[in-house]
Amino acid sequence: MVEVSDVQFGYDGREVFSGLNLRIPRGKVTVVMGPSGCGKSTLLSFIGGRLRPGKGSVRFDGDEVPYGAGERLYAMRRNMGMLFQSSALLTDLTVFENVAFPLREQTDLPESLIRILVLMKLELVGLRGARELLPSSLSGGMARRVALARAIVLDPAMIMYDEPFVGLDPISMGVIVKLIRELNDALGLTSIVVTHDVREGCSIADYVYLLGNGQVIGHGPPEEVMQSEQPETRQFMQGLPDGPVGYHYPAEDYLADLRGPG
Amino acid sequence: MPWIQQLGRTGIDFVSRLGHAVVFLLHALSGAFRCLPRFDLVVQQLYSIGVLTVLIILVSGFFVGMVLGMQGYYQLVNFSAESSLGLVVALFLVRELGPVLAALLFAGRAGSALTAEIGLMKATEQLSAMEMMAVDPMKRVIGPRFVAGIIALPLLAAMMSAIGILGGYLMGHGQFGVDSGVYWSSMNEGVDLVDDVLNGIIKSIVFGFVVTWIALFEGYDAIPTSEGVSRATTRTVVTSSLAVLGGDFILTALMFGGL
Repeated sequence: MVEVSDVQFGYDGREVFSGLNLRIPRGKVTVVMGPSGCGKSTLLSFIGGRLRPGKGSVRFDGDEVPYGAGERLYAMRRNMGMLFQSSALLTDLTVFENVAFPLREQTDLPESLIRILVLMKLELVGLRGARELLPSSLSGGMARRVALARAIVLDPAMIMYDEPFVGLDPISMGVIVKLIRELNDALGLTSIVVTHDVREGCSIADYVYLLGNGQVIGHGPPEEVMQSEQPETRQFMQGLPDGPVGYHYPAEDYLADLRGPG
Repeated sequence: MPWIQQLGRTGIDFVSRLGHAVVFLLHALSGAFRCLPRFDLVVQQLYSIGVLTVLIILVSGFFVGMVLGMQGYYQLVNFSAESSLGLVVALFLVRELGPVLAALLFAGRAGSALTAEIGLMKATEQLSAMEMMAVDPMKRVIGPRFVAGIIALPLLAAMMSAIGILGGYLMGHGQFGVDSGVYWSSMNEGVDLVDDVLNGIIKSIVFGFVVTWIALFEGYDAIPTSEGVSRATTRTVVTSSLAVLGGDFILTALMFGGL
């Protein structure tokens, strides 16, 4: 579904990707993991056409992502949904209007049909009864479920989740984990989940990519990646405080630093 | 020589930012034209940036008119020319104070609100979400606000001038006993529809364009943090106030100065 080939990217003199290669299989839940700041969300920006890689290519459904190409890019985006970490609900619209927003903007469907479609999607995420609430009245978990309903309301072929588990209580997290898996299977979606939550990520993944040092440092089915002996992979998957990714931020010698310049 | 470096950097930053603002303007104008078929979006914005600014405009305009009536009378009566009070008040308001003060108040009330709204939409990824839903924020968010700003300010300036003239009348007639008929007829004879009223309207259209452009650009360009949005809001008020006052000088010179 998505092919990322030899992507290189950096900014402010910092290299984020130094030849990234990965393939997202159709119809599966692919989880992309890695420590904070390793470029996971940047990868989603490349796939969604919001950011252009310095070198390399990104293909979606066989076609090169048309960066900066207005209408062609929008045509491609109509086939993909995205769930943002902040949910990104439109704060002046009710839950119902938020989910109806893509339908009103992208289609000429009659109001009666829009109502049915929105209620169906809200029922899927369990929030049909919250349709009249404003986003400010929702908990973090509810807001993310509304955003999920909005992301699937146009029935896209693929959906991208940017850190969907961050800041949720265990119940809300369980609900989101269940929804990602069930929606993927029931609607025949392709899902890309970007997260640093190992347990939740592995529980729904068909395939895992682990990013680090600007490249893929491990990939495979979740059980395989969990048991990897490769040091970087092992450190991340088992949450070890020290290892190839050092505990200390690079600094001058400790004793010399304490003694000071004098 | 660090100060030369600093000067150069400031100059480059200014030109670069101006370039960004012009590119933004082109996108915003394109969005404004494309949003016109959905005029309901413009009407919504007319309410939030226009109607909600009416009260502050009317109250301010009334006080300004009363002050003009008072000061005008005190000066004119020295030359036994108090019969021209209506004309003086009207010309001050229609040519200058109506468009300029309305624009300054508009920048403070509606401009700052626009910047904060767009900046927060950016900070909370609402604009990014729209782009990912294949909805162009320039057409859906920026365009309607731009059109509404350009429509709203001339109407607000007209209201300010009208209420100011009324305030001047209340002071002139009620307080100082200037004849009611003389007050209105001097205005009727002395105020020219093209030279005075039309030029005032042109000024307020230009100010509406500039203030809305600055407010929207600052919001769209804001660093997406609470501090970034706060700074952008301040910049909107400061920059648009300076632009209005500087622009007023240029427009006045062109319209009335024979330049």
